[in-house]
Amino acid sequence: MIKRFATLLPVVFGVLCLTFALLHLIPGDPVDVMLGESASVTDRLALKAQLGLDQPLAVQFGQYLLHVLQGDFGSSIHTQTPISQLLWQAYPATLLLAVVALAIGLAIGIPLGIWSALKAGHWQDVMITMLSIRLAAMPAFWLGPVLMLVFAVWLGWLPVSGMTSPLTIVLPALTLGLGLSAILTRMTRTSLLEVLSEDYIRTARAKGLSERQVLLKHALRAALLPLVTIVGLQMGSLLAGAVITETIFSWNGIGRLLVDSIEKRDYPVTQACVLVVALSYVLINQATDLVYRWLDPRTRGTQ
Amino acid sequence: MKTFSLLTLAFWLITVLLGHAAGLNPNQIDLNAILQWPSVQHWLGTDDLGRDILARVIRGVEVSFLVTVVVTAVTLTVGLSIGLVAGYKGGKLDSVLMQVTNIFLAFPGMLLAIAFAAVLGAGINNLILALCLTGWVTYARLSRGQALALRQRLHVLAAESLGASSVRVMALHILPMLISILLVEAAYSMASVMIAEASLSFLGLGIQAPHASWGAMLRDAVRFMLVAPHYVLSVGVCMMSLILAINLGGDVLRDKLDVRSEVRG
Repeated sequence: MIKRFATLLPVVFGVLCLTFALLHLIPGDPVDVMLGESASVTDRLALKAQLGLDQPLAVQFGQYLLHVLQGDFGSSIHTQTPISQLLWQAYPATLLLAVVALAIGLAIGIPLGIWSALKAGHWQDVMITMLSIRLAAMPAFWLGPVLMLVFAVWLGWLPVSGMTSPLTIVLPALTLGLGLSAILTRMTRTSLLEVLSEDYIRTARAKGLSERQVLLKHALRAALLPLVTIVGLQMGSLLAGAVITETIFSWNGIGRLLVDSIEKRDYPVTQACVLVVALSYVLINQATDLVYRWLDPRTRGTQ
Repeated sequence: MKTFSLLTLAFWLITVLLGHAAGLNPNQIDLNAILQWPSVQHWLGTDDLGRDILARVIRGVEVSFLVTVVVTAVTLTVGLSIGLVAGYKGGKLDSVLMQVTNIFLAFPGMLLAIAFAAVLGAGINNLILALCLTGWVTYARLSRGQALALRQRLHVLAAESLGASSVRVMALHILPMLISILLVEAAYSMASVMIAEASLSFLGLGIQAPHASWGAMLRDAVRFMLVAPHYVLSVGVCMMSLILAINLGGDVLRDKLDVRSEVRG
C-alpha cells in the first residue's frame, strides 16, 4: 500500500513543477499582466514581493513547495483572502456536484447498457445506441443551456441557476451525468456482451440456470468490474467538466473559482485551483486502482 | 451511419464554399434587427448585434476546422515522433518520456489547456498553442506502446541484422505498421479538439470578438436564451451535427483500416 503511494511521488512532484511553471509562462512581466499598465511602482513592487517574484527561480520553487506542503497557497491578489479558504469553500460544492452527476450517470447508464446488451441487434439496442452516440456528441456548454431552457424556463419545474435550494443541483448534475451515462451505456453494453460469450456462461446455462440467474449471479459481476476503472477516469472528467457546467449554472465550485480567477487575472488562485483538481484526479485514480484490485478475484491479494 | 457522416461533412463543406461565393458578411451589425427570429432574410435569425447567425455559424465552422486541423496535424506529428523514438530506442529516454507523459495525464480533461490558455492570453494563436502543448501526449503514449511491441517483430530484427540504420528501421519498418492506429485515434480526437476549442472560446479564452466562433457564439447565446432561444438551439444543433459526423467518420475509418485491437508483440 505504502509502496503504491510512493510511486505517485514523481507524478505529484511533476504536477507541482508544472503548476509552478504556469505563473512563469505568462508572456512579459506577470505583475504587469495582473495589475495592468497603470499600477503604481509601490503596488508593483509589493505584489512582486508577495508572489516572491523578486527571488531567484530556485528559491521561488523551494518556497512554493514548502508553502503548498503546509496547505498555504498564498492569497488572492484582489481580495487578499487566503486561497486555502477559497478552496475550502468551493471544493465541497464541486465534489457534491461530481458525486450526484456520477450517481445519475450510473443510474441511467448501467440499466440502459444491460438492456441494450440483452436486446443486442433488436430495435431497442439500435435506439439506445443512437441515443447514447448523440448524447456523447453534446458538449456540456450546449446540453446545459438546453436543459436550462426546457426545464427551468419553459416548463418552470426547476430553478435556473444559483445554489439557493437543494433543487438547484439537479440541472448541473444532469448536464454532467447525462454525458457520463452515454459513455457508461456503451461500456456496459460492450463489456456484458463480451462476458455473455464466455464459456462459463454457457456452462451456467447448460446446468439449467434461468436466464435471470445467469445474468445476476454470473454475468453482471464480471461485466461491471471494468466499469470501476472507467468511473475513476470519468471522475476526473467530471471534475474538469465542472469548469463549464459550474460557469453556466452559477455553481460556486472549484470550476467557477478557476474561471473567475482567470477573468480577474488572479493567477495565484488559478494556479491553486489547477493544482488541487490535478491532485484530486491522481488520488482518485489511485483509489480506483486499489478498489479494482480488491474487487477482482484474479488480482486480489497480489500487490 | 457512414452516409450520414459523409453527407454531413459534405454539407458543411458546400455551405462554407457557398457562403464565400455568396459573400456573406458575418460581422455586419444591424442594430435595427437584433435577436430576430428566423426569417427569409436571416435563415437562422440574428444575434444581439443584429448580425446574421447563419453567416456567423459558417465563419465559425471555418475557424473551428482550421484550429482542429492545425492542432491535430501538429500534435500527431510531434507525438508520433517522440513516441516512436522513445519506444524503439528505449532506455533512459523512454523512462523520462513516460514520466513526462504521466505528469501531463495527471491533469484531467481540458484542465491543462485551460490553464495554458489562461496564462498565455486569449487569441487564436495562443489557443492553438495551448491545445498543442497538451494534445501530443496521447499520440506519444500510443505510438510508444506500439513501437515497443513492434521492435521485437521478425521483420524489424531482420532489417536490423542487415545493418539498416535506426532511422531507416523506424521510418520504413515500424512507422507503416502503427500509422493506421494513430490515424484512427486522430480522427476521433478531432472531435475532442473541436469541443476543446469551443469550450475555451466559450470561457472567453479562445477566439476573440468580433470574430465568429461557435464557443463564443454559444456564450452570447446563453445570455440571451430567454428572449432568443433560437440562437442557442441553432448554434448547438450545427455543432452537434459536425461532432457526430466526425465521430462516425472515425468509426468508418477504423473499420476501413481494420484496427480492432493493438498490435501484439
